[in-house]
Amino acid sequence: MRGRRFPPRLIAMALGLLAVILLSLCMGRYAITPGTVFRVLASRVAAIVPTWDPTVDTVVWQVRMPRALSAALVGAVLGCGGAVFQSLFHNPLVSPYVLGVSSGSGLGAALAILLGAGTAVTQVSAFATGMVAVSLTWFIARSRHDRSHVTLVLAGFVVGSFFSSLVSAVEYVADPSTKLPQIIFWLMGSLASVQWRELRWVACVSLPCLLTILLLRWKLNVLSMGDDEARALGENPVVMRLVFIILTTMMTAVSVALSGVIGWVGLVVPHVARGIAGPDSRRLIPASILLGAAYMVIIDGIARTATTAEIPLGILTGIVGAPAFALLLQRARSDRG
Amino acid sequence: MDDPRPSAVAIENLGFSYGEAAVLHDLTLTAAPHEVLAIVGPNAAGKTTLLRCLEMVLSRWTGAVRIEGDDLRQLSARDVGRKIASVPQSHTPTFPYTVQDVVLMGRNPHLGTVSQPGAHDVQIAGEAMSALGIRDLAQRPYTQLSGGQLQLVLLARALTQQARVLLLDEPTAHLDFRNRHLVLARVRELADRMDLAVIMTVHDPNDALQYADQAALVAEGALVAVGTPDTVLTVANLELLYGIPVDVLTDGKRRVIIARQGT
Repeated sequence: MRGRRFPPRLIAMALGLLAVILLSLCMGRYAITPGTVFRVLASRVAAIVPTWDPTVDTVVWQVRMPRALSAALVGAVLGCGGAVFQSLFHNPLVSPYVLGVSSGSGLGAALAILLGAGTAVTQVSAFATGMVAVSLTWFIARSRHDRSHVTLVLAGFVVGSFFSSLVSAVEYVADPSTKLPQIIFWLMGSLASVQWRELRWVACVSLPCLLTILLLRWKLNVLSMGDDEARALGENPVVMRLVFIILTTMMTAVSVALSGVIGWVGLVVPHVARGIAGPDSRRLIPASILLGAAYMVIIDGIARTATTAEIPLGILTGIVGAPAFALLLQRARSDRG
Repeated sequence: MDDPRPSAVAIENLGFSYGEAAVLHDLTLTAAPHEVLAIVGPNAAGKTTLLRCLEMVLSRWTGAVRIEGDDLRQLSARDVGRKIASVPQSHTPTFPYTVQDVVLMGRNPHLGTVSQPGAHDVQIAGEAMSALGIRDLAQRPYTQLSGGQLQLVLLARALTQQARVLLLDEPTAHLDFRNRHLVLARVRELADRMDLAVIMTVHDPNDALQYADQAALVAEGALVAVGTPDTVLTVANLELLYGIPVDVLTDGKRRVIIARQGT
């Protein structure tokens, strides 16, 4: 029977994620053996006499751990958000990034940085502008009587470019010696300065969103049939879609506020997850969460270890994601004949 | 003995307009359990619009519709899904769900917001697939099916809703000769066996002659005639409906409608 509660592939993915996180705790300029990492982690819950340098403790617990968990959380949010949007808009070419949520949230967060606002204000402002962006995209794409997959993607690019221009305007007025570099580095995407405190903030918003999406995920199958069929199947597609858009935008906005605008993850991860776990949301959503988390931990690992300087995350995900998107677009076109 | 049942569907003075343009006016129709009601009419007569009003996909209609005695307007989306199931005229798959996953979606109106289909639902979906002879397709991606098979899958999904009213919008529009009769024969059989009231739109009046108990002739959004197919599908009515000369041929038992064009 295929209805098993924990399919082996999902278990394998979860174990893979744990392995990747552990590996990222060991790796870096200051290499630490897995055994030591284990003991440092265990000493948090059990009484173990430290045999290691206090520096090791700081590196593992204060520097690498919050960073690895943030990468996993951001990846989970982006992967899940992509899978949700693809089902919601019955379109395999979209993600919150493609539909302008990320650039929209970027504007809100950039404005907040410009005004020197705190974490909470930054997140709320990122959410508000993210919602405006995705609503605009949906409105533009809907007002044409054209259900082509590409129309929605084009509308998303239009809205995304518009918000990117507004972000440039914010950069233009920012103080070039203090605020400007701060905004630019944040926009390119980085988890370099993440601390436990910030991670806790983001987790408080995005974990409940992820959990709610997991609970509701079977409805995505029904919604992916299109509005008319969803209604015939006894669903109210307008309300349900709004719930999913709000949840996705909320968690995307807070992760944008934490890590900057990281593109392409939400587009590529669900496709790979679909290849492994199939299109049924009951497996696709958990698979996208696990795979997105592992992918971002790996990307962040490369970002901080590949060169002596940090490589911005947005650059790395773009180098991997853009060619993958081009491939998908081409395949979607040839499907159409 | 005749048991006077309430109508499964009772439509009274149904009207619908897109802006200024009236698409349906003053339609009054009923459909009883076990009964196949065929809506016959030319393109753009409002046949599909009628079904969309009953599905509540279009909600700004006038008049009254009662489903097993309940006012359709008072029902929630979920309740409508429990009472009325429908098979769309065309369906473009986006994701390669398995046939079983698609059929299971019919359980949606019976499941709570956060619940997922369980063993009981899988069993109901299995029975629906067996009833239509597609159980061995259960694990196949539904993107790889022929038009006839896809139609049967969507029909199985509708059966899984366990509704008493089944709406079919030109169920044979994309099917070849064999599949067309296969699907219509199944529909006929299901109406009898599962106590369903079936309302289907047809583009070939012969489908109504062969498979329906009642035929409702619709032109320009208004009812022209309603009754048993043999009594209403007459040369006069058909010529009025389609605007071309037709003949109704018979071998004494069966009847067939053909266009007189080109003879």
